[in-house]
Amino acid sequence: MRYLPKSDSERRQMLDACGAASAEDLFAHLPEAVRLRRPLDLAPGISEYEIVDYFRARAAENANGYASFLGAGVYRHYRPVLVDAVVSRGEFLTSYTPYQAEISQGTLTAIFEFQTMICQLTGMDVANASMYDGSTAVPEAAMMAARITSRHRVLAARTVHPEYREVLRTYARHQGMPVEEFGYAKDSGAIDLEDLDRKIDGQTAAVIVQSPNFFGVIDDVKSAAEIAHRHGALLVMVFTEAVSLGILEPPAGADIVAGELQSFAISPSYGGPYAGIVATRDQFVRQMPGRLVGQTADTHGNRAFCLTLSTREQHIRREKATSNICTNQALIALMATVFMTVYGKEGLRQLALQNLAKAHYLAGRLPSVFSGKCFNEFVVRAENPESVNKALLKKKIIGGLPLGRFYPELADSMLVCATEMTRRADMDALHTTLRTPASSEVLA
Amino acid sequence: MYPENFRYSKEHEWVLVEGGIGTIGITDHAQQELGDIVYVDLPKPGTRVEQGRSLGSVESVKAVSDVYAPVSGEVTEINPALADAPEKLNADPHGAAWLVKIRLSAPDELPQLMSAADYQTYIGAEK
Amino acid sequence: MIQKVRTHPSQNEALLFERSSPGKRAWQLPELDVPAIDAAEALGAANVRAEIPGFPEVSEVEAIRHFTRLSTWNYAIDHGMYPLGSCTMKYNPRINELVARIEGLAWAHPYQPESLAQGAMEVMARLEAALAEITGMDAVTLQPAAGAHGELTGILLIRALLEKRGNPRQKILIPDSAHGTNPATAAIAGYTVENVKSTDAGVLDLEALARAAGSDVAALMVTNPNTLGVFENNIAQAADILHAKGAMLYMDGANMNALVGIARPGDFGVDVMHLNLHKTFSTPHGGGGPGAGPVAVKKALEPFLPTPRLKRMRGKWAWDFNRKRSIGRVRAFYGNFGVLVRALAYILAHGGPGLRNATVDAVLNAVYIRKRLEPFFDLPYPSPNMHEVVFSDDRQAKLGVRTGDLAKRLIDYGFHPYTVSFPMIVHGALMIEPTETESKLELDQFIDAMISIAKEVETDPDLVKHAPHSTRTSRVDEVAAARKPVLRWKPA
Repeated sequence: MRYLPKSDSERRQMLDACGAASAEDLFAHLPEAVRLRRPLDLAPGISEYEIVDYFRARAAENANGYASFLGAGVYRHYRPVLVDAVVSRGEFLTSYTPYQAEISQGTLTAIFEFQTMICQLTGMDVANASMYDGSTAVPEAAMMAARITSRHRVLAARTVHPEYREVLRTYARHQGMPVEEFGYAKDSGAIDLEDLDRKIDGQTAAVIVQSPNFFGVIDDVKSAAEIAHRHGALLVMVFTEAVSLGILEPPAGADIVAGELQSFAISPSYGGPYAGIVATRDQFVRQMPGRLVGQTADTHGNRAFCLTLSTREQHIRREKATSNICTNQALIALMATVFMTVYGKEGLRQLALQNLAKAHYLAGRLPSVFSGKCFNEFVVRAENPESVNKALLKKKIIGGLPLGRFYPELADSMLVCATEMTRRADMDALHTTLRTPASSEVLA
Repeated sequence: MYPENFRYSKEHEWVLVEGGIGTIGITDHAQQELGDIVYVDLPKPGTRVEQGRSLGSVESVKAVSDVYAPVSGEVTEINPALADAPEKLNADPHGAAWLVKIRLSAPDELPQLMSAADYQTYIGAEK
Repeated sequence: MIQKVRTHPSQNEALLFERSSPGKRAWQLPELDVPAIDAAEALGAANVRAEIPGFPEVSEVEAIRHFTRLSTWNYAIDHGMYPLGSCTMKYNPRINELVARIEGLAWAHPYQPESLAQGAMEVMARLEAALAEITGMDAVTLQPAAGAHGELTGILLIRALLEKRGNPRQKILIPDSAHGTNPATAAIAGYTVENVKSTDAGVLDLEALARAAGSDVAALMVTNPNTLGVFENNIAQAADILHAKGAMLYMDGANMNALVGIARPGDFGVDVMHLNLHKTFSTPHGGGGPGAGPVAVKKALEPFLPTPRLKRMRGKWAWDFNRKRSIGRVRAFYGNFGVLVRALAYILAHGGPGLRNATVDAVLNAVYIRKRLEPFFDLPYPSPNMHEVVFSDDRQAKLGVRTGDLAKRLIDYGFHPYTVSFPMIVHGALMIEPTETESKLELDQFIDAMISIAKEVETDPDLVKHAPHSTRTSRVDEVAAARKPVLRWKPA
């Protein structure tokens, strides 16, 4: 087998050195009762060509060459070619966690730059080297707030991504951390500040809001933060569309930011792998989960980087650790780092402006449900979203996300997204299909 | 090396009692075992501590060690020097790098602790 | 921080922010085919940010040079062996990278209609089936993003089943040789942790287990082979003890590289386990992740698996969200699909017989290293080892040289260090796992290096204590980094 670099004669030599008559001898010490005495029921190994064929066939069974208006936490953005050029280098791709600083300065330096850029983007003082994704960054941020405030209640806005809230509940269930939700204003689609004010109390550790929120509406994080702080709670700001930070003012009043970086050159890849981050203020750094890279010097006084504040982590603190996370998303974070480097200060702004322009064009032609200002996605009324989408598929267009599955009160609506990759012709087609009575387009 | 007027715990803390106030720190043996100290985590003034229970922790790069209260009481003061310069704990663990002062709630706990001579025997035996 | 000039620019590369100047760019966007928009009008002036302060501004040439230069400062599997215990740093097949990037897979949106996602769902279904066969378990979830995430999922599953039976219980038992993620995970799941000591032979102490397994114990988390590389011969009896008390057996699958095709956890009493696809199944570590931590369970736990699950409906794949007993989601969407593709490619490349051969080679490599290094390093636990071996630095420590120093000196010989000071039940541990993708030549070079270092300890201990000497960066000041953390660049 091409990945096993030993010849049979070498195996023989090694067995002799081990004092073993055969390979079976190496396993002789195992109890017979545990031994698998039949071959694994898996087909024999196949060639490279056949492997490529297999996956090409699977890829052909997925959508190919469709325009798409799906957002909802996963966004279609162009991936600069430099991204794969960098992460495909064996020195990055096949390297290990940088525990041995002397021979990992490439990874460590890149992570330090990543941490810096996330701070610059979010306006926070310190950012970690990545969490699994945005959805798990949220409970990590909530648990962090609980540790800091020594309180246990969490209030999450209904406008936070529904699947993120599900994950939060799964994590919170066994930590004595009740999760309650507060609603949104039916006209604007932004959070209902009065509802928040009614529900918050002296036991609330964190108020969690997302902006732009799941409906694409830019939310009033500042006011939510004021309410939170008045009651001694922390404000956790969530983002799922990182490109929005190219033009949107970072969250004022946020204490912890939990976000998803998939928009930064991370392939949608049917749901993962992505990269989340947790960023916060200096004073909370020792309560942060995840790896942190710090600057230092080597014995000759040269600048160097290393993993630091490791006593927070599982391999030292064990059951008192700030998180159980070990493996993170380093390579994915590197993709985001290259993306942020390629676009840079002005490019990310221009990219955000293009997203804004495309979405604005689309919104101008469709019946918006909410009045709140949006970035690149928004909710439109569609009498029968499923049949609208069926009609669109015939034009090789994947329509927006019907919201009924997450918000029963919005069963007549769908969430549509336009990015810099969305073409005008496809937006015009969406407009035409939505304006046409559904019944005349749908065939059983 | 080990001041005669201190009392010592099995977990390598020391306490010096003067007029109902106990100054608590970790011993020279403890700081040696820990190596270079990078961070000290102390309770807020007003916190009640219980003999034998953790009142905070001391961190080196690769390890964390709980600091256990040698006697019970209420924290009145914490050493302000250690936040910026935790390395003082390596340099002067019995003097300038005391950790907390507490008002003792149960002075009869003191005789349970070791004298300097007993402590030196104890750490000699540990090796 | 003093920055000394080194001879070659690639060794003296500054940070992106230090190389930036206003107006340099590496991007170009196409012309808009819709009218441009005024941001203040569209968003409200208060919402528009001035600029991103300090963000890089470099050209494409500088960008590629920057990251290429950085990459030359890294060690990687492509360079040579990583003898890291329990990490299973095997070759990352390049075919995996190609297939993961095929457009129809790489650009699939998790919410696209199921009729247009059948290929992705088939990949996941096929991987689930393969992992179930390999582990001897009944059902598999691919949702967890990494091993620790899988552990959390597994413990939550146990809790859910025990809750349904009337009492979730309070404690999880963990051997003193366990990986740190185990106790950290138990705490998140709301359990307290109790350590179970190992025997003098370094395996589970059945008597200690029997004493500890009270009615308040939910499960034992065990790694098999354990972190000494030794197979837990009593694991089936341990399972019996636990089951008799209504508790469950969780297996940390980090060391599956010793078992694939040889023994199946489902056959020796394991109720639930996780796998590390970035270990056993060759997906690349990429400097620290991504990974994937699928969880495999016996039938009794299947109803509690995270939602949604794949099911077959009218000849097609569908996502089943209607699962009343599920513990819920442990992450958004379905799993680290890109990693799953790579793992399946690995399985297809090896096939059934190939996977077993890989295991045999992995164990042969580790036993060979043990035999050849035994004369030079202390072996605290003499039981037969499988895919990894753990020595201690006792002999060298007498001369003032510790496992950390030996590891740093190994770097001068061109190898990444082995795992230092873990497991904690061995004083001054050297934990070595070669994996099956190392040639005899590479192994012999590693062995020769270790023997040479052992000799250096006797003749020139300072050489070892101040290693490495040959790297761009010498030992770094971790103390200063922890005392005064500098976690981001700031302009002067």
